[in-house]
Amino acid sequence: MGRLAGFSLGLVSALILAFLIAPMVIVVILSFSSARFLRFPPPGLSLQWYQEFFSSYAWTSAATMSVGVAVAVTLLSLALGIPGAIGLMRGSFPGRRLVAAMILSPIIVPGIIVAIGLYYTYADYRLIGNPIALVVGHTCLAVPFVVITVANALNGVDPRLEQAARNLGASPFAAFRQVTFPLIRPGVLAGGIFAFATSFDELLIALFVSGSDAVTLPRRMWDQIRYQLEPTIAAASSLLIVVTLGLMIVAELLRRRTERLRTQEQERT
Amino acid sequence: MRFNRTALLILPLIAFIALFYLTPVFSMLLRSLESGEGWSLSAFKAVLSDSAFWRVMQITMTISLITTALCLLLGYPLAYFIARTRTSVANILLLLVLMPFWTSILVRTYAWMVLLGRRGVINDTLVNIGLLERPMQLLNTRTAVYIAMVHVLLPFVVLPLYATLKSFDWRLVDAAKGLGAGPFATFRQVTLPLSMPGVAAGAVLVFTLSIGFYITPALVGGPRDMMIAQLIETQVRGFNWNIAAAMAVVVLAAVLMICALFVRIVPLNPLMRR
Repeated sequence: MGRLAGFSLGLVSALILAFLIAPMVIVVILSFSSARFLRFPPPGLSLQWYQEFFSSYAWTSAATMSVGVAVAVTLLSLALGIPGAIGLMRGSFPGRRLVAAMILSPIIVPGIIVAIGLYYTYADYRLIGNPIALVVGHTCLAVPFVVITVANALNGVDPRLEQAARNLGASPFAAFRQVTFPLIRPGVLAGGIFAFATSFDELLIALFVSGSDAVTLPRRMWDQIRYQLEPTIAAASSLLIVVTLGLMIVAELLRRRTERLRTQEQERT
Repeated sequence: MRFNRTALLILPLIAFIALFYLTPVFSMLLRSLESGEGWSLSAFKAVLSDSAFWRVMQITMTISLITTALCLLLGYPLAYFIARTRTSVANILLLLVLMPFWTSILVRTYAWMVLLGRRGVINDTLVNIGLLERPMQLLNTRTAVYIAMVHVLLPFVVLPLYATLKSFDWRLVDAAKGLGAGPFATFRQVTLPLSMPGVAAGAVLVFTLSIGFYITPALVGGPRDMMIAQLIETQVRGFNWNIAAAMAVVVLAAVLMICALFVRIVPLNPLMRR
């Protein structure tokens, strides 16, 4: 690459990165504004919008609902997804690819179609407005990510290690718990974080099934954005960005650890 | 293929997905065949002969195609740059791409509403520095839809492209140069063809996701930029459930066809191999 070409590529890349990051940075800055309206740059700094957020029952209960639903979704997705990934990767049965495609399909099927399907079914079961409807719906969307991350982790583990443990007299469960699980743990944790983030951010299903009782943070933000653009939404958005950033950093650290574990293992063999 | 006992571990997951995902979605799609009296194709006939449906489909396809093209145009140089940068710097740049990727679509769309509004950040700044006399209409336009959708979907191009470019053999580029190819010829004849799996993966992801987009066009688009997901939602709210279902069948068929074509070209991940 010539020096000029390299420089212009760097400049273009910097501009594209700025395009990706700047809107979010501006929202975070505006959330600390002392003005009554969103103006940039803000005339002064204040925590008024955060104060308003935390003193509003509607906002705090929506945040609590989101956290509660996301925790339940994470646990349920792991409980279903870990054995599911093991069955897919280590088991053999006819129609395996079809089953894999079926489990991964929520990633591809447009969200609006899933949301309407769940809405009709839950309306029949009178589950609209029940947090259970959200937990079940979000789990359908979150479980593919758990299956993918755990399957990728299993892909890097030699099945002979577990067989060796079995030959030495370990029960299947003990062999899994003491040999395979420690090796796939970073993948499991990453899958759990993905599941949590998926549920915490989800809006379309929430729009249809949360009714007026099970209102999540994105759902309340949506309602507020549609009817008034008050700066409390900037504070809510900033809190979502911070939660996301935290989850992302943990996931990234886990990914690096997996890579380290894998290179160590490769060096040994 | 032989059956082994480990396969049984997948049963709870299959049961859950079948009961709470496949059944609801299929029974919703089946409503497209319902009419007042028994089964019929009348909903499909109504949808396919409705000019409003075709107009919205055309808008959806146009927006999806242009969004995909813009994402490739912006995503390629960025992915290329990150793939060619020292690892320590590249890791930081990747985090900058991952951060919006992880942030909720709603939050990012809201950010663009704040930026593009009549009294928004961009208009305010342009008026203050004297480049504009009056604020211009940015929000609720097709341009706003493109900006916000590209912002949401760009990481879906950058990440697979980066993975492809990172893993390929850069000695081929040196060889091409050694044989006398200029930078442009090298790119066109060596780098670009070899990175096509990444380009295809990114393009299919962005295109299929665009077709089903609801939140972003609903918030930043104008009334004339309605996309198919919004039209389906309107039908549901108007209790035209069989019409909504017929539209959903058409959209789903389009998306699945694109994905089926794609899986033939690029293997997705270890779950679909073997």
